[in-house]
Amino acid sequence: MSETRTQNSPRARGPMAFGPHGMGMPVQKAKDFRGTLKRLARYFVPEKYNLVVVLIAAIMSTIFNIVGPKILGLATTKLFDGVTMKLQGVAGASIDFAYIMNILIILGVLYVSSSLFGYVQQYVMAGVAQRTVYTLRKQVEAKLDRLPLKFFDSRTHGEIMSRAVNDLDNISNTLQQNMTQLITSVVTVVGVIAIMVSINIWLTLVVLITLPLSMVVAMVIAKRSQTYFKRQQDALGELNGHVEEMYTGHVIVKAFGHEKEAVDKFEELNDKLYNAGWRAQFVSGIIMPLMMSIGNLGYVFVAAVGGIMVIQRSIAIGDVQAFIQYARQFNQPITQLASISNTIQLTIASAERVFEIMDEQEQLPDPVGAPVMAFPLGAVAFDHVRFGYKEDVPLMQDMNIDVRPGQTIAIVGPTGAGKTTLVNLLMRFYEINGGHITVDGVDITHLKRADLRQLFGMVLQDTWLFNGTIRDNIAYGRKNATDEEIVRAAKAARADHFIRALPDGYSTVLSNEASNLSQGEKQLLTIARALLADPPILILDEATSSVDTRTEVSIQKAMTELMKGRTSFVIAHRLSTIRDADLILVMNEGSIIEKGTHKELMAQGGFYADLYNSQFTGRTLEAEAV
Amino acid sequence: MIKLLRFLKPFRLYVAIVIILSFLQAIANLLLPTLMADIVDSGIVKGDTQYILRVGAIMLAVTVGGMICAIASSFFSSRAGTGFGKAIRRAIFSHVQDFSLHEFDKVSTASLITRTTNDTTQVQMVMVMGLGMMIGAPLMAIGGVVLAVSQDGALAWLLAGVVPIVFAVLYVLMGKAVPLFKSMQAKLDKLNHVLDEGLTGVRVIRAFNRMDHENQRFDEANLDVTNTALTVNRIMAVLWPAMMLIFNLSSIVMFWFGAIRINNGQMQIGNLLAFLQYAMMIMFSVLMVSFMFVIVPRASAAAARINEVLGIAPDIHDPVQPKSADAIKGHVAFEDVTFSYPGAEEPALSNVSFHAKPGEVTAIIGGTGSGKSTLVSLIPRFYDVDSGKILIDGVDLREMTQEALRSKIGFVPQKAVLFAGTVAENIRYGKEEASDEEVKRAAEISQASEFISGMAGGFDAEIAQVGTNVSGGQKQRLSIARALVRKPEIYVFDDSFSALDFKTDAKLREALKKETGDATVLIVAQRVGTVMDADRIIVLDEGRIAGIGNHRELMKSSEVYREIVSSQLSLEEIA
Repeated sequence: MSETRTQNSPRARGPMAFGPHGMGMPVQKAKDFRGTLKRLARYFVPEKYNLVVVLIAAIMSTIFNIVGPKILGLATTKLFDGVTMKLQGVAGASIDFAYIMNILIILGVLYVSSSLFGYVQQYVMAGVAQRTVYTLRKQVEAKLDRLPLKFFDSRTHGEIMSRAVNDLDNISNTLQQNMTQLITSVVTVVGVIAIMVSINIWLTLVVLITLPLSMVVAMVIAKRSQTYFKRQQDALGELNGHVEEMYTGHVIVKAFGHEKEAVDKFEELNDKLYNAGWRAQFVSGIIMPLMMSIGNLGYVFVAAVGGIMVIQRSIAIGDVQAFIQYARQFNQPITQLASISNTIQLTIASAERVFEIMDEQEQLPDPVGAPVMAFPLGAVAFDHVRFGYKEDVPLMQDMNIDVRPGQTIAIVGPTGAGKTTLVNLLMRFYEINGGHITVDGVDITHLKRADLRQLFGMVLQDTWLFNGTIRDNIAYGRKNATDEEIVRAAKAARADHFIRALPDGYSTVLSNEASNLSQGEKQLLTIARALLADPPILILDEATSSVDTRTEVSIQKAMTELMKGRTSFVIAHRLSTIRDADLILVMNEGSIIEKGTHKELMAQGGFYADLYNSQFTGRTLEAEAV
Repeated sequence: MIKLLRFLKPFRLYVAIVIILSFLQAIANLLLPTLMADIVDSGIVKGDTQYILRVGAIMLAVTVGGMICAIASSFFSSRAGTGFGKAIRRAIFSHVQDFSLHEFDKVSTASLITRTTNDTTQVQMVMVMGLGMMIGAPLMAIGGVVLAVSQDGALAWLLAGVVPIVFAVLYVLMGKAVPLFKSMQAKLDKLNHVLDEGLTGVRVIRAFNRMDHENQRFDEANLDVTNTALTVNRIMAVLWPAMMLIFNLSSIVMFWFGAIRINNGQMQIGNLLAFLQYAMMIMFSVLMVSFMFVIVPRASAAAARINEVLGIAPDIHDPVQPKSADAIKGHVAFEDVTFSYPGAEEPALSNVSFHAKPGEVTAIIGGTGSGKSTLVSLIPRFYDVDSGKILIDGVDLREMTQEALRSKIGFVPQKAVLFAGTVAENIRYGKEEASDEEVKRAAEISQASEFISGMAGGFDAEIAQVGTNVSGGQKQRLSIARALVRKPEIYVFDDSFSALDFKTDAKLREALKKETGDATVLIVAQRVGTVMDADRIIVLDEGRIAGIGNHRELMKSSEVYREIVSSQLSLEEIA
């Protein structure tokens, strides 16, 4: 769903990540920074040789790049000397072009090597980053497979998706862009200082005067900007929430004539967003120019002080030229480092959220050497079953039922989580808190989940179909089913006709987004599937709301056909089903409050009797037509 | 994008200031190398310390001036850019408020949300960035060229050779990378889609042991994304090293030719140093400008989506001279109404005529797709009819204002929608000036007071956005209370009892009967039980009236009705 993406990611994605990305954005702190970092680092173990290559290439590329100005300075000095001597009229004085040529060639080689190493570094890192994220993604997916349904029911999709998608995306971007930046920035700062010191310590000090200024900008202003960005993000969230609500509820907004109120509220939130927004943009927007200006300050100092020093002959002019370039190169990595440290914190927080999923408790593994039922009969028993979704809210205290093969169990009661609970327990999506559930006398926990689930056929209202062709969906449950058998099952389920009416017939692909089938038609497909799979036990839902009357008749006929000779758990809606059931389970608010046959329950005069009477008295008219 | 620029109009003064300030800032940046050249040529060469100090002071002033300009420029550009976004956002939102359901259907609610939020944010971001950079970078490039030429015209020709190379490299790389970026986004979406399906269908997948199959699908998508990302990033790995190489090598070449010109006395050494710096500035500016060429098309996709929304003219308008309909109350008359959804082959309603009067209950029943909901959504004029007319209190509803029309109606939709706010606020949505007493009464009739008193805070309990913290049945009851508090002439219940259990349903209908006394009630229902007592039952079949009358009459006269009744011989509202 696109909702997960409505919150705008603050980081620019794509080829050109511009502006002060990272820097100035609000930072979500990781709980255990070191631990998570270490754990993330373990993913790089298989890539260690590649990482060494990246590291060496990054260092080489940076060093070759930063010695450039120093070497070009030599040429400038030579040029200057030649010019000065010529100016002073020294006999035979000329510019030493051979020397300059040599220097320039060396410089050319250096720059070419620097770029080559830079390319190698990026190229190898791309592999490292993508492979690592690939592995992470795969592990998350594999982990999700092993998590119990409890995990999925207790969290929103949005939450899980955000971790599996956005957080992994964050990690991927950081690995690709910021890891090497970190290396180059550090090498640049250290290297530039080293070279400057080696040329002239005094002029180095002049450049370093600007360092505290850079620090102030990187720390103070960036911090400020974080606060504003946080405020902007909150305001944006609020505004987007309002928009979503008003658009989703537009029918109500219109029906009750509240358009003006909606706009007024919007204006208020929009104003709030504007006020936070421009401040955030302004403060983050001045970071770059400020850093540039500080670089310029260094430049001015170097030009003036260096100029005087040249006159005093305590430094060569080429060295001053080199310093001018260094003064500018030197501030940039400091800004970058500040921004990278932000990004890394964000990334570690993301990694932590991903690892949290990986650390979730998994479902119990399937037993080894589990028995396989060759000829299942369909006897089901609940033996002192205790169950509740939450420990303190028990739904079943001491549940005992004994269902013989072929019997029908009707489940009745007001709306609630009744049928979901039944499915959850029988198919072992949830573990019971006490007692046993057995099929043909075998405890279901002794079976492989896959084998257990194969014993059940389900015809429910919600679409229990998977992505694939209609043929695959019907044929599921019975391997090697022939086309003929599939068509026969579809015919028995009264589905053949509408399937053939589809453009692709049996090859029509069912998908969640393309609702190419109606609810009723989907239900007929699940009936066909159950007919073909021939399972000993059925879970059926008789409710056929949002189905037109004619389809409904078809469904009911097909269901009756299907139930013959099978153990059936029926979410019952039809009077006849309930009366004829071997056992009625009366559910209210998810728990079973009464059980027995129709006669027993009526005699009991409890909830069921109440329900039955209130529903059917005065409806003799309908009853006649049965 | 250009079409959206009109939203920048209120900020033209700001934009003008930004342009001037960017210009000044560019000049400040550009002045520095020239001043430095002066230091070299007039100060160092001649050994004039005083001169160096004097020029140094000027440079300092220029730098500080540039910094002030930069800060001020950022101030105005952020205000203008953010204000631009704000104006667009407001324009879309208030425009969408005028949309009829038809337009909502056309664009889809989800897409409208994205356009109002994400697309606007994206356009705004580009505007803020553009005001900062798009103005500054070309100024720097142009100014750089002017000054480079002034330093040495002949050497400037070299630059003219380098800039096309920069463009060519960018063009080739971007030409390869941009489509890949697009396909990567599509592949990421696909991966997310697979994951989302896995989450939504977790029960189905496990019940049918489709884990291996799903894993394979995921792995394919994962591998696909990884491979594309790898290719893209490897292409992009060329970008910076290549740019740096071009810049550095051209510096070397310029230095060489500069040296020759200096030897010939055609140029001074300070000029060369300044020239090299200008060359760098120019090339970086060119790089910046070309990046804008990548960003702007991206934003223009967002801008196009925004323009599309702004360009949609709502097809329902208030009449110029509205009539009032106060003579009689509670009359709803359909006269030969035919309506089809745009693009549909068959009309959703054909030749529907009936007349509902005050104090009567009119029920509408029929299978899915028979047009029940469509019929009632015509009454508040969510859509306009194709032919025929609907009279409310004797007046064609197209001749009154939408506000006047809707104030007569208490509408309860099929899908109950609540808003963030307290329970009381949600009920008061129906009538803002309702007293606490009235709110309480409405809640009682709709059978909501029991669960409301069970909520922490009672009527002041907070409902989460879109009402996620109350159950479906509770939502329906609150949405009924909201209509009740309005005390409208006409009640419309569009299958509004579906999530209620049987007992609540019965109690509610009992209480409703008393409350709605002399109002006109229209109920859409799926169940025979709900409609049996109605004064008039309209049976719809494929958009046509298949029967009209009370239960007894219809059992005799209508085949379709009998079919529905016999198919529903079931214990309703159970499980």
